[in-house]
Amino acid sequence: MNPAIPIPHRVVSRRADTADTVTVELAPIAEPLPVFRPGQFAMLTAYGIGEIPISVSGSHGNRPQHTIRAVGAVSRALHDSAPGDLVGVRGPFGTTWDTAAAAGHDVLVIAGGIGLAPLRPVVRRLLADRAVVGRLCVLAGARQPGELLYPDELRRWSRHGQVEVIVDRPSGDWAGHVGLVTTLVPGARVDPAVAVAYVCGPEPMMRFTARALIDRGVPAERIQMSLERNMRCGAGWCGHCQLGPLLVCRDGPVVAYPVAESLLTVPEL
Amino acid sequence: MNSGTMTHPFLAGLRPALLTELAEHAIAMHYPDDYRIFSESDPANRFWLIEDGTVALDLHVPGRGAQVFETIGPGTVLGWSWLFPPYRWQFGAVARGPVQAIEFGAEAVRERCARDPEFGYAILSRIVPVLGDRLRTARLRLLDLWGRP
Repeated sequence: MNPAIPIPHRVVSRRADTADTVTVELAPIAEPLPVFRPGQFAMLTAYGIGEIPISVSGSHGNRPQHTIRAVGAVSRALHDSAPGDLVGVRGPFGTTWDTAAAAGHDVLVIAGGIGLAPLRPVVRRLLADRAVVGRLCVLAGARQPGELLYPDELRRWSRHGQVEVIVDRPSGDWAGHVGLVTTLVPGARVDPAVAVAYVCGPEPMMRFTARALIDRGVPAERIQMSLERNMRCGAGWCGHCQLGPLLVCRDGPVVAYPVAESLLTVPEL
Repeated sequence: MNSGTMTHPFLAGLRPALLTELAEHAIAMHYPDDYRIFSESDPANRFWLIEDGTVALDLHVPGRGAQVFETIGPGTVLGWSWLFPPYRWQFGAVARGPVQAIEFGAEAVRERCARDPEFGYAILSRIVPVLGDRLRTARLRLLDLWGRP
């Protein structure tokens, strides 16, 4: 299968998550793509408009799910696609969250905004085999309550571990945490010395979260984060997503914090 | 308060003698849900180490009531207006759910800080990072980073 050619998929379901975000499930029309694993991404084509990278936020076998926020022309078209519409898919591309590293450890999953989407498969996978990991803590931040993704799932996850949600701009009836997700790290009920952390969100949020985790005692090499750059080919050919020695589409998006740390503070990158 | 029961992270590494001195000014407090711990412009004569629960910091806005701008939780410090003149709270604080905290008498701690440089340095070197954290958080929030993942 040529990774440069979008494979036609049909939208089989569409769920509105927030005012500007939906989760769609895509089914191949003919030959399926390999199964997407947590952390990987697809290049999704809105035919006639363009192509963008979107992380996988779940899957049913060969049917990947993608959570899409409408922020530009292509994402708006994908967001607006309805069941039955065609979407081109290339992938799966990139590295995966190392969920095997969580075995026998406490786990912190920390998300900012739509960064919860690529982490959703991590939590689902860990909960599918709950006994393998120690304590589980999910910390999720959003700008405002209405922008929080998967509220029903967060409630379900809270039956299996600590789930804390924080918003930057509370509305009148918001009774939860207010501020940045980084401020929840000290209250995470895990043993930092044996914890594994998965982090995804705006890049500055990830930098400060990693520092908060290290301050708390989580070893840097046990912090994984998902990077975002200008992915185009998805296969490490074109170089658009270069971040120093990394081609993020191929060597990322998921990398260990010690790999990313020095690169994330170089403005030229 | 018995210094042996004071295990808050703020006190980590404090020399036992200094911890004992600090404990002389401490009492354990439990606040019920929705209890207003202090209000803007009240005398800032206490501070707290939060052991359990969440405290909302707020500001009264005419026509909108008390607007919560931040919540703080276990392991952190509530209140620093007690350190500097005019010793008045700049914002309000309300318990969100039951809160367990260690309360300190601010005037006595301030006097002790002024008399004993080692004690004062130990306190300030723990308070200043708290202020730094709050400033860093405020700056990041000003950037409104949520537009992109």
